[in-house]
Amino acid sequence: MTSASRAGAATAAEVAVRLHGIGKRFPGVVANDDVDIDVRRGTVHAIVGENGAGKSTLMKILYGVQRPDSGTIEISGTQLSLGSPADAIAAGVGMVFQHFMLADNLTVLENVVLGAEKLHGIGDEARAEIDRIGRAYGLGIRADALVEELGVGARQRVEILKVLYRGATIVILDEPTSVLVPQEVDELFGNLRELKSEGLTVLFISHKLDEVLSVADEVTVMRRGTTVDTVDAASVTAQELAELMVGSELPSPSKGSSTVTEDVLLDVERLSLPGTGRRPLLDDVSLTVHRGEVLGIAGVEGNGQAELVESIMGTRPGVTGTVVLAGRDLSRVSTGGRRASGIGYIPEDRQRHGLLLEAPLWENRVLGHQTRRPSARGPFIDKVAARRDTERIIEQYDVRTPGPDVPAGALSGGNQQKLVVGREMSGDPVLLIAAHPTRGVDIGAQGAIWEHIKRARREGLAVLLISADLDELIGLSDRIEVILRGRLVGSFDPATVTPEQLGSAMTGAGEGR
Amino acid sequence: MTKVALIVAAPVLALVAAYLITSAVLLVAGDPAGEVWATILTPPELRNVTSIINNASVLYLSGLAVAVGFRMNLFNIGVDGQYRIAAFVAAVVAGEAWLPGPLNTVLAILAAVLAGAAWAGIAGLLRVTRGVSEVISTIMLNAISTSLVAFLLRKAAVRVEGSNAIGTKQIPQDGRIPGFTLSDQPGTELYGFLVLAVVAGLAYWFVLNRTRFGFELRATGASETAAVASGINVKRMVLVAMLISGGVAGLVGLPILFGDAYSYGTTFQSGLGFAGIAIALIGRNHPVGIALGALLFAYLDEQSNPLQILVGVSSDIVKITQGIIVLTVVIAYEVVRRFGVRLEQQMVARELENRDGSRPEVTV
Repeated sequence: MTSASRAGAATAAEVAVRLHGIGKRFPGVVANDDVDIDVRRGTVHAIVGENGAGKSTLMKILYGVQRPDSGTIEISGTQLSLGSPADAIAAGVGMVFQHFMLADNLTVLENVVLGAEKLHGIGDEARAEIDRIGRAYGLGIRADALVEELGVGARQRVEILKVLYRGATIVILDEPTSVLVPQEVDELFGNLRELKSEGLTVLFISHKLDEVLSVADEVTVMRRGTTVDTVDAASVTAQELAELMVGSELPSPSKGSSTVTEDVLLDVERLSLPGTGRRPLLDDVSLTVHRGEVLGIAGVEGNGQAELVESIMGTRPGVTGTVVLAGRDLSRVSTGGRRASGIGYIPEDRQRHGLLLEAPLWENRVLGHQTRRPSARGPFIDKVAARRDTERIIEQYDVRTPGPDVPAGALSGGNQQKLVVGREMSGDPVLLIAAHPTRGVDIGAQGAIWEHIKRARREGLAVLLISADLDELIGLSDRIEVILRGRLVGSFDPATVTPEQLGSAMTGAGEGR
Repeated sequence: MTKVALIVAAPVLALVAAYLITSAVLLVAGDPAGEVWATILTPPELRNVTSIINNASVLYLSGLAVAVGFRMNLFNIGVDGQYRIAAFVAAVVAGEAWLPGPLNTVLAILAAVLAGAAWAGIAGLLRVTRGVSEVISTIMLNAISTSLVAFLLRKAAVRVEGSNAIGTKQIPQDGRIPGFTLSDQPGTELYGFLVLAVVAGLAYWFVLNRTRFGFELRATGASETAAVASGINVKRMVLVAMLISGGVAGLVGLPILFGDAYSYGTTFQSGLGFAGIAIALIGRNHPVGIALGALLFAYLDEQSNPLQILVGVSSDIVKITQGIIVLTVVIAYEVVRRFGVRLEQQMVARELENRDGSRPEVTV
């Protein structure tokens, strides 16, 4: 692996974009922290990282959608302050969003000139310009075609055309391949090489490592909001990138002696969930978790982890198969019933699924426990008891807050998560489902949350841990199952497995794909 | 301290803005703004106060009905149709006097609540089973209810003596709800139904804030995704909230029916449901706020009556004022809310910093 020092030595003229010390915080979350990136002119530069690593926020900052709280942006050697996308466009930065922004009932020409009528008018001059750009970069788009008649790949090229028409020399593509089939991906990469050869700079955001390596010249890896390293794509492997992405950092989880028993608490049999396409979202998943055991689920994002959790929680319609908890068949039980029968649930997206941000902490304590003591007494909410129990959670789980009446949205991400963990550990659960429990939280809270999961295991809970952080998985789990395209494809012993082995199972390299 | 200031700031800001904008409209139209405000702000006489309180009780029920839906992001635009159907049903039941005296009145009130709930329930069912937006369906149901009531009125109605108007049978003396007389002057009798409006307000507060059902309703309104993950049956909540909203809407026309009109006819007051939307917005879905909003609207309506005679300005100017108040209130609350959220975050950060004596933790 070559390091970034070479890029640092590049002269100012070669650098199209230099981001230095960029930081951005949102209420409760730090999305970017001390980000440094140099992008050389005439290259395809990829930015990779897991979901939530801060890639999209960074690109929104570069495109002027959001202002950074700290740091500087230099474009072609000039330091700029980008207050809006219009400023970014004026500086030659264009962005193609993941979700297309095209009017289906208009033609390509109309879509392209929309909002840029001043450049070349809306008539023949514009058409000539579109044809010229199309020829120069091999986009192959007819100016008079209706957008609704175009396929996804062609629509994406219209988006690129729009950006080039506005004079962009730096093109940002946010997860461009997520909507494409493999042939279209190849076509897109052809177009990107075309752009590069004409001297344009392409910033390519992705978490699909194979694709990144096939098209990028340089790769910057982001993790937890900051840049980890910038490497030369020619001299790095997908597995090395994966290791950089999921990382290895202190404090390291280690679980102590095994507490696994023979007692099966969670028994999931033949869980399947049809998808919209031909491939099911979940395909015949069976697993068991024993009392005192942590079962880790490893996988690249989007391979069915979220669906697996939602199926066990009963929030997904259309699931087939059985879920048995401590001998009781829950397959036809509502989510509320499943929670009441002893499932604690730390959802993947705590702000959307785990909290009411504008409600006070004590009401968040009640959430999901509104049928049980101490939150409720018969049909009534027991505010006094709920507040008292919230104070207990604040104390025991070290939630940094002035008190239980503060709205959840005012806390930092780590403290929000500690509250969620404390809540879900209340009411004597027998199974704890933890989906990405330390995502987006600071290192201090991360260590505390790991400690709580270990304690849950010691106390005889069954824990189902879903994570994208391999260190977390290896450090906490008693057993690791790898999920790939909705199927469990391999079982590993964390004591002996290496990140490389997990990495190849996660990407399907083991199947000779 | 700051919290109180924030709560007071929004309505004050909104009213000042509404005052300025209305004045500007009057000036542009060449009307005497000063005289208009002088008339509106003249202290009302006892007769007017009675009228204001009576109208406010009606508007209050309408505001509550809308607010029940608002608390879980349901826009029940159909309170207007629901209360008219319900008032008609109640008038028929009360007029027929099937049961003796007050018992029949109770039956009529129950019938009104059920009719309102059933009419709203159609929209609830469509939303839950077919995903039809309740905004669309309740608007359609409003249109249908107008025709339906007109149609049924023809069947059930008797001709009012000495006029072309038709209405349901008069409610017999012992089926009416007696009012509270404030003085021996005429026109100073408060609706007896006022008590029920107050009870409805208390029940609204208690159910929302103190019961599991109310918590689930508010949680669903605050974040549907979190509600689902917490095991709340969102579809059931939608249906039940719609039924309750319609049931409360069923009460809206009753103070007038049992305290003043005594029959449902072609001249029965209309448009109360739409006023309820505005009042729920102004009151921020809070039972006390809704009461203040209802009083404000009733006050403006009452005080604008003499405008045409005294200063030659159409009393419709207060409709403009009312509309502006709704807009300014919504804007002012949002501005103050954002300010408050930022303040709260700063406060939490500061407090933690002081307590730990160290930097606030940095997320990486």
